[in-house]
Amino acid sequence: MESIEKKIREIAKDLFAGGKIDLFIGYERGTVPLMSRPSFIHLKEVKPEDSLDRLVWNSFCANNLAVFLPKLFERDPLSRKKEEAKPRIGIVVKGCDLRSIAALMKEKQVPRDNVVLVGVPCRGMIDRRKVEDMLSGEEVADYRESAAGVLSVTTRKGRKESLKREDILQEACLECRYPVPEKKSAGQDGKYVLEANDYLVEGVARKPGNGGYGRISEFESRSPEERWEYFKKEIAKCIRCNACRQACPTCYCKECFAEQTDLRWIGVSTELTDAMIFHLIRIFHQAGRCVECDACYRACPMGVDLRTFTRKMVKDVDELFGYLPDFSLEEIPPISTFKEDDRETFITEP
Amino acid sequence: MEKKSNWEPKIVAFLCNWCSYAGADLAGVSRLQYGANVRVIRVPCSSRINPLYLVRALQNGIDGVLVSGCHPGDCHYISGNFVARRKFSLMKNFLTYVGVEPERIQFSWVSASEGNRFAALINKVIADVKKVGPAKKLVKDC
Repeated sequence: MESIEKKIREIAKDLFAGGKIDLFIGYERGTVPLMSRPSFIHLKEVKPEDSLDRLVWNSFCANNLAVFLPKLFERDPLSRKKEEAKPRIGIVVKGCDLRSIAALMKEKQVPRDNVVLVGVPCRGMIDRRKVEDMLSGEEVADYRESAAGVLSVTTRKGRKESLKREDILQEACLECRYPVPEKKSAGQDGKYVLEANDYLVEGVARKPGNGGYGRISEFESRSPEERWEYFKKEIAKCIRCNACRQACPTCYCKECFAEQTDLRWIGVSTELTDAMIFHLIRIFHQAGRCVECDACYRACPMGVDLRTFTRKMVKDVDELFGYLPDFSLEEIPPISTFKEDDRETFITEP
Repeated sequence: MEKKSNWEPKIVAFLCNWCSYAGADLAGVSRLQYGANVRVIRVPCSSRINPLYLVRALQNGIDGVLVSGCHPGDCHYISGNFVARRKFSLMKNFLTYVGVEPERIQFSWVSASEGNRFAALINKVIADVKKVGPAKKLVKDC
């Protein structure tokens, strides 16, 4: 962990010194325990002697940093002629961030030439909610993480607890199939996101998950009424704050269907069916883009179990069209293309 | 309240201009009988249908939605219905997954010469929707 942290700082420093980037995006310590927050370091605020030691790498760097890129490259179409130069950005990426960036590059939201990627192997990130649950809601005052993977926490009431990493990892990390950003190796064909002039930091990563859809298949096997009740129960918590949408790296529409006013498709209140339709369509819009990073789940202030539903879309795209967003830039996103022999079993025959 | 025995489902059919709408026209010209529960909306192509329309229809008190386009390979716009097919299969699976009855959202292909098929299709959809009864899920109370 610490060696990765040191390496990230070094790379960022080199990139700034070499004049290669205008902005570096990484993680810094958050204001509360068990949280790291995105860190934006601009060229103008970096001095040559600066060691950039606000950049950190620990078990709480869960945010998917790819979410910031489309906004940074966004330009007003009306001012296209007198276009200002797009920023050059260095960015720290885990497996999930990199897959999101690949999806964004395919959709021409992120220009390849303007980003320098710093790939980092990921050991999985700790879920704050799981920690809080295990401490029965007590607030964490201090924590220390050992190299062996034990998190020692002290609560405000002075209770001490040692938690095993594996018990408090995020669901997304436990099921993660791509913990290490992949660089194209010598014999491989195809265009990969991580190119020769990008970085891939050495380090220990989690063992990749098997990619099974166990929980989704289990949910599918329940009766329709049970599934509906669960869906209703979860969506009823939604307060329509749109945080899931804002946190999602591949939700980048300038005008969201949920906010269109000329043709007001859905209401903006917390009315149950409006909330349901918002989630159904938002998740549908992520078909072929969703990398199961759980940014939406983490952002949700109400703890709606979105993973049960987002992952179904990933499963269907995988099973029906054989598409899984990965590190390659070659495959066309599944909704923009088709095969003549796509499965047709759902068609009604009179 | 209507009595359950008198209940007739309301069905919206999105028909593509080039095949299915002409197929419906042929069914009419040929004086074929089919249920009067269906409200037809003509669209340029089945790929014009945003899956949002389907859930919107259900939310506003429609009991069943049918989308019909040209047979695969016959699309007026070459590949519209192929692209639509991908969207529809995902959306139908997803709605079924959250517990909406699969009978409420149906997709089919009807060509301009298939008046018989169109009439039979509408009757089938009506029978399917009658089987599951009035829509309760996703319906906005107002």
